Amino acid sequence: MAPTKRHHTLVVLVENKAGVLARVAGLFARRGFNIESLAVAPTDDPRLSRITLATDAESAPLEQVINQLDKLINVVSIRELPPAESVERELLVVTVNAAAETRGQIMDLVRIFDGRVLNVGPDKLMVSMSGGPNRVDDFESLLRPYGIVELQRTGKVALPRLAKAGGEVGEF
Amino acid sequence: MKLNGGQALMRSLERQGVEIVFGLPGGAILPAYDPLIDSTIRHVLVRHEQGAGHMAQGYAQATGRPGVAMVTSGPGATNIVTPLCDAYMDSVPLVVITGQVPYAAIGTDAFQECDTTGITMSVTKHNFLVAAAQDLPQVIHDAFHIATTGRPGPVLVDIPKCIVDPRNPRSALEWYEPDSHDLPGYRPRTEPDAAAVAAAAELIGAARRPVIYSGGGILKSRAAEALLRFAELVQIPVVTTLMNRGGFPDDHPLCLGMPGMHGNYTAVTAMQRADLLITLGARFDDRVTGKVGAFAPDAKIIHMDIDPAEIHKVRRADVAIVADCRVGIEALSAAVAARGGAEAQADRRQWHETIADWQQRYPLVYAAGEPGEALKPQFVLEQLRDATPSDTVVCAGVGQHQMWASQYWRFNHPYTWINSGGLGTMGYAVPAAIGAKAGRPDRMVWAVDGDGCFQMTAQELVTANTERIPIKVAILNNAYLGMVRQWQEMFYGERYSEVYLSPDLPDYKGWAEAMGCVAMRIEHPEEVRPAIDKANEIDDRSVVIDFRIDTTEKVFPMVPAGASNDDIVLDPSQQPPPR
Ligand SMILES: Cc1ncc(C[n+]2csc(CCOP(=O)(O)OP(=O)(O)O)c2C)c(N)n1
Ligand SMILES: [Mg+2]
Repeated sequence: MAPTKRHHTLVVLVENKAGVLARVAGLFARRGFNIESLAVAPTDDPRLSRITLATDAESAPLEQVINQLDKLINVVSIRELPPAESVERELLVVTVNAAAETRGQIMDLVRIFDGRVLNVGPDKLMVSMSGGPNRVDDFESLLRPYGIVELQRTGKVALPRLAKAGGEVGEF
Repeated sequence: MKLNGGQALMRSLERQGVEIVFGLPGGAILPAYDPLIDSTIRHVLVRHEQGAGHMAQGYAQATGRPGVAMVTSGPGATNIVTPLCDAYMDSVPLVVITGQVPYAAIGTDAFQECDTTGITMSVTKHNFLVAAAQDLPQVIHDAFHIATTGRPGPVLVDIPKCIVDPRNPRSALEWYEPDSHDLPGYRPRTEPDAAAVAAAAELIGAARRPVIYSGGGILKSRAAEALLRFAELVQIPVVTTLMNRGGFPDDHPLCLGMPGMHGNYTAVTAMQRADLLITLGARFDDRVTGKVGAFAPDAKIIHMDIDPAEIHKVRRADVAIVADCRVGIEALSAAVAARGGAEAQADRRQWHETIADWQQRYPLVYAAGEPGEALKPQFVLEQLRDATPSDTVVCAGVGQHQMWASQYWRFNHPYTWINSGGLGTMGYAVPAAIGAKAGRPDRMVWAVDGDGCFQMTAQELVTANTERIPIKVAILNNAYLGMVRQWQEMFYGERYSEVYLSPDLPDYKGWAEAMGCVAMRIEHPEEVRPAIDKANEIDDRSVVIDFRIDTTEKVFPMVPAGASNDDIVLDPSQQPPPR
């Protein structure tokens, strides 16, 4: 099996019970798989939690990752979401240096990327922005030259793309 | 009916048909030991919790029923981690109950608190921390279900003391008998896919050099008979891995015996030259494949296993069948029969001739000892094999003695060979033999042990004699950590580092007698048979025989670690085959 550098997004439904995340994370560690990003929260059914995780298929073939995960008793279902068949979103919150002379440029970027200003200081701004992972990457790299003070990304969440028949809605 | 958690635990175990529990009490599990007095369940008091775990394993492997162990929190729990890992690797169904500090104390580093579920997460099929007394009947019901279905394995149930302590109000519950499981993520699949079975039958019919590669899944799914019928139908030779010795009779003309690192030449080479490996309940372990990239290069692979994660894990399968082996093999036999059965198979006369030729030219051999020289371990095992009933249960430790036992015994019945295959746990033999004897009191049970292994768990012979579970132990005493010595001799230029043990410190005979055993020390070939005969006549006590064997004897054949199976090293007396 030729290793690929591609990341895979897995949506793992688990029982919403104590210690389940530790089981999932422990399995990745023990089997030598990597977790690139991770987002967890209960679903609309309070008995279940949804884990969205990205893993690289370099550390192990994806089917091994899925098969081993599936052996965990508390894992109810696993589904791979190929990027082309899903809508992915990630949230970024960042504090960036924004002295008077650059503040306007930064505000322009925030507007272009549909971001929001969360907090304003004398020479810093805290802004948030959400979008597909690539857009978030772009936003982050455009802000970087101004001097990032602190930055946090949530890790992506994803849902399967709807059938096209209902009319296409552009991705924002 | 109002019960407390301790009473509910005993009742739940009784409901599961548990007849015996191996264990040792302590603070956190103490309240559960009180209702044990009034229970129908027999308890075997071990001398070390590792012994309890291995006894439960021996019991499970001899009977097919889940083994149960019960220990206290902290050190009791950590002492049983090795058997849990062993059972996980070898898919042995266990339910291990551990005491835990009271709920309110969890997380405070209380006396004898440890994170048992955290520590054992990666060495159990599943584990539970019981949150409330009311949950206990359901958790025990689930634990046995998980341990015994699908790919079997160990399940641990960690019970905070407050839940079983009648003085604590948290221990009160209304008794109920659970009859279902709420395990939405657990759906083991046992029925094979018909299309995959048909594809397998097709490959089998056309194969000219097929081998059946049978592993521990045969015994776990009680498929020995199904395998026998299948092999006879298709007339295809069978190798039996270390985990499936006895799962196909050694005396059967189609049996090639054990493959792998210390497998015999024919079993190893038949797999290497095969054009089809019909893999049934085996997992392409590195001890079988040698260098994976060079393993069975021309073979197509049929892989049947109940665990989907085994498929394609090490070797890509051409046909994958996720199924319980018994159900799957029966389906395969039916599919082969539907395609014309034995008559519709490819012509394999040449393959059978080649195999017979290998068997004749490269049998297992050893240099017989000269009179006056130390005993040969292989000779001792041949004598033991010939002097004991054919359905004797043989348990082994880990090392050279284990490999010689597997090589030189003739296993003709399933569930007569019990060893630590995946984890390779020294000290397994004595406690596993006690567990096996407890489960099969009608059978003779021999532990074939190394001197190093014996020193790790010998104290359980006190348990055996106190509890009147008589076993017999043959120590193949080579005064060395022999298997390690063999590697140092062969691969480290005879530089021996920390492998010498001394033949008579401890004095094995004196030690065994101090533990209540009948004991003998045997140094000469002519004494071997009489000593074994004497041991076989004793059934009210355990017997230990200290066989003084040749310290330099090595296990052959051998595929050096990491080497290709093509580079198998034969006994020095045998001419290597032309390449
Ligand atoms: C608990 C444990 N520690 C270390 C080892 C590594 N090891 C494998 S075989 C062996 C030697 C066993 O010596 P002995 O019981 O005398 O058996 P022999 O090989 O001499 O027959 C050792 C140390 C092991 N398998 N298990
Ligand atoms: Mg030894």
